[in-house]
Amino acid sequence: MNHASIAALYKTEASSILARMIRVLGGDFALAEEVVQEAFEVALDEWPKSGAPANTRGWLLGTARNKAIDRIRRRSKFEAPLDESVDLAALRTEAEDEPSGVADDLLRLIFTCCHPALAPEAQVALTLRTLCGLTTDEIARAFLVEPKTMAQRLVRAQNKIRVAKIPYVVPERAELGERLEAVMSVVYLVFNEGYAATAGDELVRRELCSEAIRIGRLLESLMPDRSETTALLALMLLHDARRDARLDAEGDLVLLEDQDRMRWERAKIEEGLARVAHALRRGGATPYGVQAAIAALHAEAPRAEDTDWPQIALLYGELARLVPTPVVLLNRAVAVAMHEGAERGLELLAELAAEPDLAGHHLFYAARADLARRLGRESEARRDYARALELCRSVPERRYLERRLAEITREYRR
Amino acid sequence: MQYILLIYGNETQAKSATKEAQMKMFGEYKVFTEELKGSGKMLGGEPLESVTTATTVRVKDGKTLRTDGPFAETREQLGGFYLIDAKDLDEAVMIAAKVPGAKYGCIEVRPIMKLNGM
Repeated sequence: MNHASIAALYKTEASSILARMIRVLGGDFALAEEVVQEAFEVALDEWPKSGAPANTRGWLLGTARNKAIDRIRRRSKFEAPLDESVDLAALRTEAEDEPSGVADDLLRLIFTCCHPALAPEAQVALTLRTLCGLTTDEIARAFLVEPKTMAQRLVRAQNKIRVAKIPYVVPERAELGERLEAVMSVVYLVFNEGYAATAGDELVRRELCSEAIRIGRLLESLMPDRSETTALLALMLLHDARRDARLDAEGDLVLLEDQDRMRWERAKIEEGLARVAHALRRGGATPYGVQAAIAALHAEAPRAEDTDWPQIALLYGELARLVPTPVVLLNRAVAVAMHEGAERGLELLAELAAEPDLAGHHLFYAARADLARRLGRESEARRDYARALELCRSVPERRYLERRLAEITREYRR
Repeated sequence: MQYILLIYGNETQAKSATKEAQMKMFGEYKVFTEELKGSGKMLGGEPLESVTTATTVRVKDGKTLRTDGPFAETREQLGGFYLIDAKDLDEAVMIAAKVPGAKYGCIEVRPIMKLNGM
């Protein structure tokens, strides 16, 4: 077996091997991570020369387990006595593989990484690190923080899990819904971090999206009776399908209505559409389900002018009922404007102007400027585009607003 | 695994509550404490006198310095604690959520440090 195929094996197997080792080691993330890493290093060293064993997974688990036993023995000789949660005798036999436990291990890992007793940014970092196998540097780059800061964040989280004894379990039925909600918000946050057109390395951001979709698939397969996992996956697939069409050759933002729909990824759209139908049938109107349904309506329109705005406005109304956040209300106003006219949209926006969360949000002013522009109210549009520019930090979005502002200024002068 | 549940609340608010409300709170604590004892998970716990009776002590250059009150002025003050035995953090949080004071202030859940050879 060559290096490339070992690297591929790492990508597919490392998280589940790690998930098993953490369980066997009584929740010691740091130790489990070290020994799994070492086991892969031994494999890289030996397999290209002497050939891979028949059962690669079993071999890696066994090697990691032996490394762990060595370390715990050394530790107990020189440092603290043996941690009571790790039973050495059990460790020798436990790591033997039973394939039925793989799904359970992975679920335990997901729920522990996204445990609500950890800070949200730590949940995200830990998930990317242990479940997706991203390096600390990669995660730091994705979230625009110093690698040192990210390393500390990870150490602190792993330490809290061990010291405060956050259990390595799948939550009880009574808690499952709420805890799954927390897991899904971490996954969606990772996706959005990758999808949002903020500053940062384009390659890393693409990776974040594909990792979020990978965990989304995993969640769906591990919890087939929870239709909200299907809804989340559908939503991410439908957004990701438009990824390449969102920016032009210069890296400038292209609005949904101006996007070249031939560049949308058909395979992802088909996959997403099938899931939306399934999720809505099984789970009814959930926040992810409704958002996925909105994305589906956009995806189904062959041209921008074919978009089913009445239906989208209706769905935003439903979403506003489920999660009445200012940004959802803003989106609803925009959808209504597309269907009932810009005047009606401006009326709805006027009602929202007092929302404190929107008063400092560039999207509010950008939306109001767009509606004013459509009605030919240049000075209002100009004022709001300028205000949006002051508030907006994303480089591609800024360029878009600057372009609009320049256009309207030219037209105004004519 | 041992945890301490530190009960924080706004003392001024608690003091200005009606007699009725105070009695209700007292009753809630009584029921909770009995339940906790019954489950065998209670290792200890006491309510504390008001922060106005607190003295902060520091030793500097061999001299004992006393100051009136707690060392930090905060909106919420430590008002009592329970020492519990729980399987893991999830169980400790479940118990903390049942402390009557959780509804009015907050409960800080801290694992007790295990010292080796002491």
